[in-house]
Amino acid sequence: MSGKKAIEYLKDFGRRVVHEVKKGKNPEIELPLRSLNNIIYDKKTRTLKLGKKTSSRSFFNVSHAKKFLQTVEVASISKNLLTEEKHASLRDVFYQAKRTIPGTNLNIVDDQNESDKAIEDLELVTGMSREQLNMTANKNGSVAGRVIIEDKGDTIDWSKLGSGGWSIPSTVENITFKKVSAKYILYMEKAAVWERLHEDKFWDKNNCLIMSSQGQTTRGIRRLLQRLYEEHHLPIYVLTDFDPWGFYIYSVVKYGSISLAYMSEKLTIPGVKYLGISADDINNYELKKHFIKLNDQDTSRLKQISEYDWFKDNKEWQRQFKMMKDFGAKAEIQALSARGISFISEKYLPEKIKNKEFLD
Amino acid sequence: MVEKTKAHELAEQQREISVSEFFAKNRHLLGFDNPRKALLMAVKEAVDNSIDATLDAKFLPDIYVELQQLKEDRFKVIVEDNGPGILKEQIPKVFGKLLYGSKFHRMRQSMGQQGIGISAVLLYGQLTTGKGMHITSKIGPKHPAHFYEIHIDTQKNEPIVRQDKIIEWNKDHGTRIEIELQGAYQKGKQSVDEYLREIALINPYTQITYKTPEKETITYLRAVSELPKEAKEVKPHPYGVELGVLIRMMQATTSGTVSGFLQHDFCRISQVLAQDICKKAAINPRARPTTVARDEAEALYNVIQNTKIIAPPTDCLSPLGEEGLLKGLKKEIDAEFYTAVTRTPSVYRGIPFLIEVAAAYGGSLEKEEPVRIIRFANRVPLLYQQGACATTESIIDTSWKNYNLSQSKESIPIGPVVLVIHVVSVWVPFTSEAKEAIAHYPEIIKDMKLALQEAGRKISAYIRKTVKAREQQERVDLFEKYIPELAHSLSNLTGDKKATIEEHLQKVLKKGLKDLLAEVKAAENTKIKGENIAFGEKQQTLSEVEDER
Repeated sequence: MSGKKAIEYLKDFGRRVVHEVKKGKNPEIELPLRSLNNIIYDKKTRTLKLGKKTSSRSFFNVSHAKKFLQTVEVASISKNLLTEEKHASLRDVFYQAKRTIPGTNLNIVDDQNESDKAIEDLELVTGMSREQLNMTANKNGSVAGRVIIEDKGDTIDWSKLGSGGWSIPSTVENITFKKVSAKYILYMEKAAVWERLHEDKFWDKNNCLIMSSQGQTTRGIRRLLQRLYEEHHLPIYVLTDFDPWGFYIYSVVKYGSISLAYMSEKLTIPGVKYLGISADDINNYELKKHFIKLNDQDTSRLKQISEYDWFKDNKEWQRQFKMMKDFGAKAEIQALSARGISFISEKYLPEKIKNKEFLD
Repeated sequence: MVEKTKAHELAEQQREISVSEFFAKNRHLLGFDNPRKALLMAVKEAVDNSIDATLDAKFLPDIYVELQQLKEDRFKVIVEDNGPGILKEQIPKVFGKLLYGSKFHRMRQSMGQQGIGISAVLLYGQLTTGKGMHITSKIGPKHPAHFYEIHIDTQKNEPIVRQDKIIEWNKDHGTRIEIELQGAYQKGKQSVDEYLREIALINPYTQITYKTPEKETITYLRAVSELPKEAKEVKPHPYGVELGVLIRMMQATTSGTVSGFLQHDFCRISQVLAQDICKKAAINPRARPTTVARDEAEALYNVIQNTKIIAPPTDCLSPLGEEGLLKGLKKEIDAEFYTAVTRTPSVYRGIPFLIEVAAAYGGSLEKEEPVRIIRFANRVPLLYQQGACATTESIIDTSWKNYNLSQSKESIPIGPVVLVIHVVSVWVPFTSEAKEAIAHYPEIIKDMKLALQEAGRKISAYIRKTVKAREQQERVDLFEKYIPELAHSLSNLTGDKKATIEEHLQKVLKKGLKDLLAEVKAAENTKIKGENIAFGEKQQTLSEVEDER
């Protein structure tokens, strides 16, 4: 989509609001509801989709006014970016929107979370992604392995990028895969684990790609995983901590996230498999002595996840949840390091992959 | 008249000998525990008497109070009124004999009750300074003004007249007393200043001029120019009389028969009922009351307690009334909302009583402090022993959370509120002779709570209304601040003029405001009907839309 067309979409949005105001109406923005009770799990495609519930946000409503203003404000910022043909990071957008209303102590946005949410709202209103609105997330995550790509005219070999690997940008739509020799992808939630595997040349020895984020998986990473999965049929294995939050990272990559369910077509990868750390690994690799007790938050999160539609009928996963509950404890990936610094790359991973010990 | 036996004489003597001496040794029983309180008691007894006497004579009271500090711990108290004055012959006994007075025996609402007060002040002054009391009194423009100096013979409980002369007094009628006593002057909660302020609040037809020890003159202006309804004297109700009193009444009655005594010396006893009582008590209705023996009297007493007798008449009570309460409260307490409740009379132990409650809210009152309680009994402020008082129990027992005030368990609520509780009765039950705290009769507490609840509902309705209005204003302010920002962004998006968009947004706001007002009002009406509505419920918004569709 061209910038000009995007500008038109934004203008349309503005005109609709102004039109309502001129008619003497309290202007409203109608948005699909982005919460669990409007999420539908499509069993056929195994993805999360937004339901039909919408919420209406009106300006003359004390609890909506600020959010309404924020949405219009980011639309205006986006329009300026598109007009000037520039990109801004989410952080930049936050600073552009952040100002104090004269004569008050009210800020239009107080923290970046607010402007990020406003941008997500704008995506829903205009049907365009933030990248199309010239707003980009920070680079987050690295990849290494035998793949050669082309990005903006540069050829990049992911196996020849030293200790840092390739930083995954917020949008990967415009890269092309020149040569893909790797046979599978190992995706992990922890950068520290990625660095261990990279130093041990795990990707070289096992002819795979290693990819990491730091915590939640960004859209750029999810899209990159999806493209490799769909265009080059690479199996994807996920490695996370043994805790409810790790399980959810896997869930997001596989089924989509609740807050971004409107983009699930572009981001979900139903074929992803969970490699570990599983409850069985805890037993098989004697990780119990490295247990950390579940706190109240962990326990309630575990309960929530176990009740999600997409896990509800999955016997294997319910067994995992139950075991965690019975343990009353969680464990980190790094617990494996207790068995030796390279235990993970030399023993744990090769064994798991060889024996195909995955959860689906 | 009763035939006096030797034993009767002895009994009387014994009591009279002991009474002055007893109080001289036990002055705390009358409230003279410490110098500060003694000074207050002196002013209080004199002022109570002055207002009572002046109202009796149907004059609007004009009271002058002066405190002079003579030494570190010595004060002269001067109280002057425009009352009817006192007959020359009566003056020595009124001031110089304890337990003398008309109030103890009659069943009528008045400020003073036992007739101990003013002579106790004299006794205390005499004990601490060796000086007597100076009294000037005049009963009418054509009568002379009499000046007395009086002491008390504490052995005999008899007045000693030291001076008795006629003087010039530029006043039509009234009484003035002057007494020196040991005391201490302090401002604050239990001070003379506070006492006079409260007296002015509950007696708004009274004008008080007060000259402080610092020689400052404070005037409490009259707010009501009608006198309160006169309290009628009422005969005692049979339920309210104890055995000893019954025996004494039988000795003193002018009726020739027990039946007649029952009919005439009590209220609510008909001839039929009197006959019936006598029959049940196995007493000849025609017997002379003076000949009834003690055990017969006891039988009579027991029968009376177990006989159904209708409640006493209640026209003997003279409440201040809601309007008077409001006027009094408004002139002495600076607040933004006032309310008052006067309940219908009730009865405890055969004695009629009535509860009045007034409340002030907001304004200059402290928001984070416990509610201030001002207590009155028959228009007399009660400054001591708040914790032991039935009023406090009633306030603690009322759940103020229902009325939008915060309250921890078993404590006085917190909030910008003054609560006035007035107990009106022909005989207010106190916990002690010092008359500082009202006794905890369940009937009295029940009525207090009902009155407090009604006042609470009115306060709560006001709070909801003002808080609503304030929140609504804040809401409008918020939108007004957001409008230019929204107009700016929309103008940038669409290319329309910012001023035009802003103008239209203002129009929508103004239009919406009316809807909001209507909504707030509707919400309020429905809420006032319900009793237990918690505060801070979800507020209606300018166009309340369902968040989910």
